[in-house]
Amino acid sequence: MKRKSALAAAATAALALVLSACGGGGGGTTQPAQSASGAAAQPVANAALTEVFNPSTKKGGTLKAAHSADWDSLDPGDTYYGYSFNFGRFYWRTLTMYKPGPGPDGNTVIPDLAESLGEPSDEGKTWTYKIKPGLKYEDGTPIGAKDVAYAVARTFDKETFPHGPSYLNELLDWPKDFKGVYKTPDVDYKSAVEATDDTTVVFHLKKPFASMDYIVQMPMTAPVPKDKDTGAKYREKIISSGPYKFETNEIGKKFALVRNDQWDPATDPNRPALPDRIEVQLNVNADDLDNQLISGDIHLDIPGTGLQPAALGKVLPDPALKARTDNPTIPRLWYISVIPDNPPLDNVDCRKAVMYAADRVANQTAYGGEVAGGEIATNVMPPPIVGQEKFDTYPSEGNKGDTTKAKEALTACGQPNGFSTTMTFRADRPREKALAEAMEQALSKVGIKLTLKGFPASSYFSDYAGNTAYVKKNGIGLATHGWGSDWPDGYGFMQAIVDSRTIRDAGNYNLSVKSDKVDGLIDQASGELDTTARNKLWVDVDKAVMEDASLLPVVWAKALLLRGQGVTNVAYNEGQSMYDYIMLGVE
Amino acid sequence: MSFLDVKDLRIHFPTDDGLVRAVDGLTFSLERGQTLGIVGESGSGKSVTSLGILGLHKGGRAKISGEIWLDGEELVGASAEAVRGLRGKKMAMIFQDPLSSMHPYYTVGHQIIEAYRIHHDVSKQVARKHAVDLLGRVGIPEPAKRVDSYPHEFSGGMRQRAMIAMALSCDPELLIADEPTTALDVTVQAQILDLMRDLQREFNSALIVITHDLGVVAELSDDILVMYGGKCIEYGKADDIFYQPEHPYTWGLLSSMPRLDRERTERLLPIKGSPPSLINVPPGCAFHPRCPYADRTDGRSSTEVPDLAPTERGHLVRCHMGRTERRTLWETEIKPVLETQ
Amino acid sequence: MLIVISMVTFGIFFVVPQWAGSTPEALASRYVGRAATPETVHLVAERLGFNDPIVVQYGRFLKGIFVGAEYDYGAGVEQCPAPCLGYSFISGQPVWPDLLDRMPVTFSLAIGAALLWVVFGVSVGVLSALRRGSFFDRLSMGTALAGVSLPIFFTGMVSLVVFSYGLGWTPPGGAWTDLTENPAQWAYNLLLPWITLAFLFAATYARLTRAGMLETMGEDYIRTARAKGLREREVVVKHGLRAALTPILTLFGIDFGLLIGGAILTETTYTLPGLGQFAILAIRNQDLPQVMGVVLFAAGFVVVASFVVDLLYAVVDPRVRLS
Repeated sequence: MKRKSALAAAATAALALVLSACGGGGGGTTQPAQSASGAAAQPVANAALTEVFNPSTKKGGTLKAAHSADWDSLDPGDTYYGYSFNFGRFYWRTLTMYKPGPGPDGNTVIPDLAESLGEPSDEGKTWTYKIKPGLKYEDGTPIGAKDVAYAVARTFDKETFPHGPSYLNELLDWPKDFKGVYKTPDVDYKSAVEATDDTTVVFHLKKPFASMDYIVQMPMTAPVPKDKDTGAKYREKIISSGPYKFETNEIGKKFALVRNDQWDPATDPNRPALPDRIEVQLNVNADDLDNQLISGDIHLDIPGTGLQPAALGKVLPDPALKARTDNPTIPRLWYISVIPDNPPLDNVDCRKAVMYAADRVANQTAYGGEVAGGEIATNVMPPPIVGQEKFDTYPSEGNKGDTTKAKEALTACGQPNGFSTTMTFRADRPREKALAEAMEQALSKVGIKLTLKGFPASSYFSDYAGNTAYVKKNGIGLATHGWGSDWPDGYGFMQAIVDSRTIRDAGNYNLSVKSDKVDGLIDQASGELDTTARNKLWVDVDKAVMEDASLLPVVWAKALLLRGQGVTNVAYNEGQSMYDYIMLGVE
Repeated sequence: MSFLDVKDLRIHFPTDDGLVRAVDGLTFSLERGQTLGIVGESGSGKSVTSLGILGLHKGGRAKISGEIWLDGEELVGASAEAVRGLRGKKMAMIFQDPLSSMHPYYTVGHQIIEAYRIHHDVSKQVARKHAVDLLGRVGIPEPAKRVDSYPHEFSGGMRQRAMIAMALSCDPELLIADEPTTALDVTVQAQILDLMRDLQREFNSALIVITHDLGVVAELSDDILVMYGGKCIEYGKADDIFYQPEHPYTWGLLSSMPRLDRERTERLLPIKGSPPSLINVPPGCAFHPRCPYADRTDGRSSTEVPDLAPTERGHLVRCHMGRTERRTLWETEIKPVLETQ
Repeated sequence: MLIVISMVTFGIFFVVPQWAGSTPEALASRYVGRAATPETVHLVAERLGFNDPIVVQYGRFLKGIFVGAEYDYGAGVEQCPAPCLGYSFISGQPVWPDLLDRMPVTFSLAIGAALLWVVFGVSVGVLSALRRGSFFDRLSMGTALAGVSLPIFFTGMVSLVVFSYGLGWTPPGGAWTDLTENPAQWAYNLLLPWITLAFLFAATYARLTRAGMLETMGEDYIRTARAKGLREREVVVKHGLRAALTPILTLFGIDFGLLIGGAILTETTYTLPGLGQFAILAIRNQDLPQVMGVVLFAAGFVVVASFVVDLLYAVVDPRVRLS
């Protein structure tokens, strides 16, 4: 077992770093990855998945963190990385937040600035939040509902803030002539968001939407004082609403947070705020970062996507180091688009032949195996998604593929001897290359001949596999993709990759699922305010996608996280799908 | 004992291909104020001899034996440091190609000053004044200005004068000039030879002139030593060597001596073949493969090394032929030919 | 020359993707967040001026350098006085102050390493040449061969793992203290990068010095120096080494100039916030203004270094002075 994982680790390529944005989670997969049990008080693998590891209430000390790249932006209105949403809560507060801590509770949403969760009215087209009294910015000025409304309005200007999510741009009913708070300062945006009094924020949506509480946990609702707002330069001098404020901030290099004495713990039961100081070093060499984490020179790896291949090879064979790891399934799916744009894949039976012919075990191995890669995926939604149901539309003996069924499907689509098509992958990702090769081998058994084409990751979506014209023109049939959800419900995970109406000229993650049935179910599900009924509808969406056979799931990804040395209060939070940063303390 | 006494000097270099006997049993002596010319083709061992006297083979791969007595001091057995102390001061050397023999990055003055200050504890100013004096004495115009020039800014003749000035900087008692005029054109050659003669008289030093050209030593030398294959083959007073030479090799050299009345290339008694390799010195007389009279020695020439024996007139010759036979050959066959022109 | 370099860089960035069929929107899609809407991409393309003809874009860049530029940060407009290399596409930070800010790091790294490699490289080379064929010669030339062939990210990573994480003698990567703040800490932090970088260069210099010394020590003027009665040490240093150093000086000028422009691999391996790291990040992020800035900056240093070498060459070799 150990040997196998070491081998898998050695063959492993970089864990998806860039794309693993955003929180999400749930499902509470407890992984008894360790067979031999160590001493009771010793660190144990996966200890932080179900409970708080090394719990503590001790305050003080400096939490040292490092990031292997640059922050997209520290401005709450201009950031879209999971680690940023997670870490930012040290210096911002939003209307709602994920419940801190381990276990399945972590993907439930609780109030933060707000007194309670949102009040929907008008069949889910209006959402009202009441914020707590006595809230203050770091400079002592009070935080009112108008600050939240202003913060939301300022993120509308995508020219100034191109990085953040655009959910609110699309959901809210913005005035036609509104171009942003800087370009059109006189336009009243109360048709979209307004502060009806000092403590009440009201959102007006274009159509009913059920998951608003998940949307407003995102940092677009973190208050920004209008008189301190400096647009694109606000990231350099951010006014804190959380327990810490910026002491120094050298963009691209490092920053340090210190305690914000204006933050009142009485208004905030969710942030223990243990360290006195938090230091973050940016652009640290990724392998060096892992080494520093192992040795204890730093406490926290900011991106939270797991160890690099080099460190995996060192950690997995070493029982002492392996005991410090957690191996959660994260809300991320690696998949292959089966694109119906070019014949014969425009025929659903030909697509089904691909579904049956694929060797899922070989695909999983290509992705690095169970520990470093993930669990074999049989449908679209990963286990951590709230309401997920696991089902298998194309079962096969030992998940090895069913050539008989595949051949039947080929006959049904009029290509009994198979056909030829092209498969794309990101050439700089060895796992995707291995996946493409595994597919080529498996499909050749039923006569489907693949031509493999690798492209650079940086232009994969803009110019190649995400570009509709390119795909059509070059007869691309299959393309490797990956997707991580923004929040752990059906809408958060599914909408971006199975809704045909999101398909545009370039930059697509989805360009294969084009089903009216799926689109209809999505509309039904996103407007449904009853949780149970809604979850059921999202499973229906999942099933419809699988029936359409335009998306071949590969693995539900797992991350291998390493707990820092001397760090207290460590817990894996499913909402963040990372360690819960705001809980951490140091010994 | 003479001022310089070299006895049975052997300088051998072990190489991967065998032992190179560059100098093999050389004996000669020289007094103050006297000039010795050492003549031979390249590879005859003449330059190795001069470097050996200066002790420049010490610490290298060379195996040196024999004795070198300079003013009562033995140098072969002396320490490298002791010989270094004598170099430049007691004995100095003028090299063949003054352009490559002077450091291109230092001024002429700097190089003379350096040479002087090695052996004299004086300030730079004093040494500089001395350098200007010396440059003036070797006939360089505007010495105070030229002292700051670099070697490449001098003409060939001027460079050789500067080289001489550098060698003379510490008034050496023994001066060795290795092909001092080879790199120069004919008129400048004559000037340099005149200069050396004048300076030798002035300093009363012992002078060794090493050359492949008998013409160079003709006017300068008191004694002449002819080398071939690392050995002395004829040694005596200059007059004897020029007017009563007894070795066939010397005859060949004489015939190739440039004269104003004869084209240089026109060899009357050409020496056929090329100088021997010092690794494979021919057995017997080293010259026998090229010697036109080798058949007159009853076959001894290729088996037996001839002794260096005195002639009737008293100079030394290394040849198997009998005295009478050599004299007859010179008088009847060689001298007439040389004199016809 | 710098103009040519700037045009080439600009061309690689804009013209080449266009040949490959890229559009302004595709270019702009690099500077937006995940799953950005087409409107966002379009706005960013407009903001960064990608819709203008390339000549106009290049002209704007030149104008920034000679006249200055303006930066609209939404809530206002900032004046960027000449020489303005523009603002980062990603972070919105002005490029010029960032470059100046990172210069001391690279400079510290280069100076210290250069000192080490010149002293060690040259002395090992001289000793090797003097003891040609000896055990020392073979050992040091073997080590030098390793030094030349091993890439810095390998020696760097190994040295970090052994000395920082294994033995704990040196600080981990990313440690940087300003010289003015704490000189001892500054040197301590830089020790490992210095040694690693110097190892790479010292190897080249040792080999070059050895070859040069073997050549010059056979020159006639060395024999002359000895014939003067000069002590062997002075013969070696004043006459032999002096001549052998000339080609080394040339190489040093170029190496040092390049290094000041950014010791990319060393700075990346040790996470030093210098120009090299800046360059690699700029390229990775495809942040044109930063790439342009650092390329011009580095090229400027190489130009200055070559100029200084030419001047020094004339000082060192008098034969050059006349011609």
